[in-house]
Amino acid sequence: MSIPLSFGRISLYLLLGLFCIYYLLPLYVMVANSLKPLDEITSGGMMALPSDWTLAPWRSAWSEAQVGVEATGLRPYFTNSLVMVVPAVMITTLMGALNGYVLTKWRFRGDTLIFGLILFGCFIPFQIVLIPMARTLGLLGLSGTVPGLVFVHVIYGISFSTLYFRNYYAAFPTELVRAAEIDGAGFFTIFRRILLPNSGPIAVVCVIWLFTNIWNDFLFGASFSDFDSQPMTVALNNLVQSSTGVKEYNVHFAGAIMAALPTLFVYVVAGRFFVRGLMTGSVKG
Amino acid sequence: MARSASSARAALRNLLPRLVLSPSVALIAIFVYGFIAFTSYLSFSDSRMLPSYGWVGLSNYEKLFSLRTWDIALNNLAVFGILYIAICCVLGLMLAILLDQRIRAEGFIRTIYLYPMALSFIVTGVAWKWFLDPGIGLEAVMHDWGWTSFKFDWIKNRDMAIYTVVIAAVWQTSGFVMATFLAGLRGIDAEMLRAAEVDGASTFALYRRIVIPQLRPAFLSAFVVLAHMAIKSYDLVVALTNGGPGTATEVPATFMYSYTFTRNQMGIGAASAEIMLLTIAAVIVPYLWSELREKR
Repeated sequence: MSIPLSFGRISLYLLLGLFCIYYLLPLYVMVANSLKPLDEITSGGMMALPSDWTLAPWRSAWSEAQVGVEATGLRPYFTNSLVMVVPAVMITTLMGALNGYVLTKWRFRGDTLIFGLILFGCFIPFQIVLIPMARTLGLLGLSGTVPGLVFVHVIYGISFSTLYFRNYYAAFPTELVRAAEIDGAGFFTIFRRILLPNSGPIAVVCVIWLFTNIWNDFLFGASFSDFDSQPMTVALNNLVQSSTGVKEYNVHFAGAIMAALPTLFVYVVAGRFFVRGLMTGSVKG
Repeated sequence: MARSASSARAALRNLLPRLVLSPSVALIAIFVYGFIAFTSYLSFSDSRMLPSYGWVGLSNYEKLFSLRTWDIALNNLAVFGILYIAICCVLGLMLAILLDQRIRAEGFIRTIYLYPMALSFIVTGVAWKWFLDPGIGLEAVMHDWGWTSFKFDWIKNRDMAIYTVVIAAVWQTSGFVMATFLAGLRGIDAEMLRAAEVDGASTFALYRRIVIPQLRPAFLSAFVVLAHMAIKSYDLVVALTNGGPGTATEVPATFMYSYTFTRNQMGIGAASAEIMLLTIAAVIVPYLWSELREKR
């Protein structure tokens, strides 16, 4: 059914377009200003397209800018984030899948209570665990290391991955599981052969959610990392807040885009799953 | 012999699921509940730079609530939280209703409205920090364009800086609220709407009387998520204003961090974390309780 264009429809589209500009404006500012020399920004030209296009700010942000003690650019911190996020996401997803499987297909007395107690972990303000966690990482010899950050992210990611898989497996027919059991299949065989092959969509949702959250984390990174194990978000903040020398806004914007690119890429490629993850995160059941 | 082997296997089969669940339960028990207990204890202790276990009763809480910075932080949280939640809900609802009018390219527009949610708050903070900076951002641009009397220096203004945090935070999350409401709108019975339309209800009345009341669950979940994000918000403030100018945009999360790790007042830091937890729990626990009870 096509709707004739009336005055109302036109203003509706205009309004929607206006909001598109509102949401895109900061992105435009970041991209445009990361491609111009510094003096074009400081002379009041923030909204203009570059007149003298340059990739120098990107080069500087990536490999030259002074972030920590040495002028390494953001590259080593980008690597830190990658090395942190990949194992953390994999371990957390697998644990969530197993938990969800137990909580829906092998139910036992008190399992709802246990699920509720696990779920509460999604909501705690992490400030409440910072002090004891700093001590614990020290005792484990993990303070200031990337594996230490992986450890922290796994622990506080389990609640989310368990929630996702539990809700997804709850809708999976339990009769199939019972039938396989009667045929002699064991706990892990059923999981591997029946549940896992059917877990594609929720695994994608879970991986995207965890990836975005862990990549974007700042609090844990700022609390538990050393100069050489800082994740990207912390390094970016250091770059921007550093008070020495001239403020190189164009370099800051280039760095900000670098920190945003991995999650933006995931969002553009798999936006549908991203939205579903957000919704499950808020609407239980 | 065969019988005991098979009964052992049956016992294992019964135990195995719980065994698989137990590492997660143990981790949550220690690192969520154990740590909450530990921090609670510290909030009653004389901890300074390092945890210490001398009992001092409520004195950390008394000190906390007599501190001007904490007072500012609580006020800021109230101003920020109320505006953030209200504006996000109004804007999100409006965008969802606009997008629900059989819009061409709806998917594309939705993608644009929602992408900020994929960004780190640090990235958002950096972008808005410089965009709102009077020296190079909006104000400078307006001056450059000839509107020389234009003034927008909220981010440098003690009284207004907290509102810039609201601006950036709304930009980041309003798209998410839009998506929540849009999902709610799509779940409304189309027959009912058609019937009301036949009865001659105007579009406005239709939304006010029938549609919006049915969005209650969407409102509730948006509220819970937003309230929770507001109380936890730390990264955005750090990147945007770093609590400044002065202490003008201090919030409980930044207060906790600086008192614990840079000012060596761990007892007071723990007490502030405790207050944050209690505030969030006051929102979340009733919500979880009702959600899980219905599912029985």
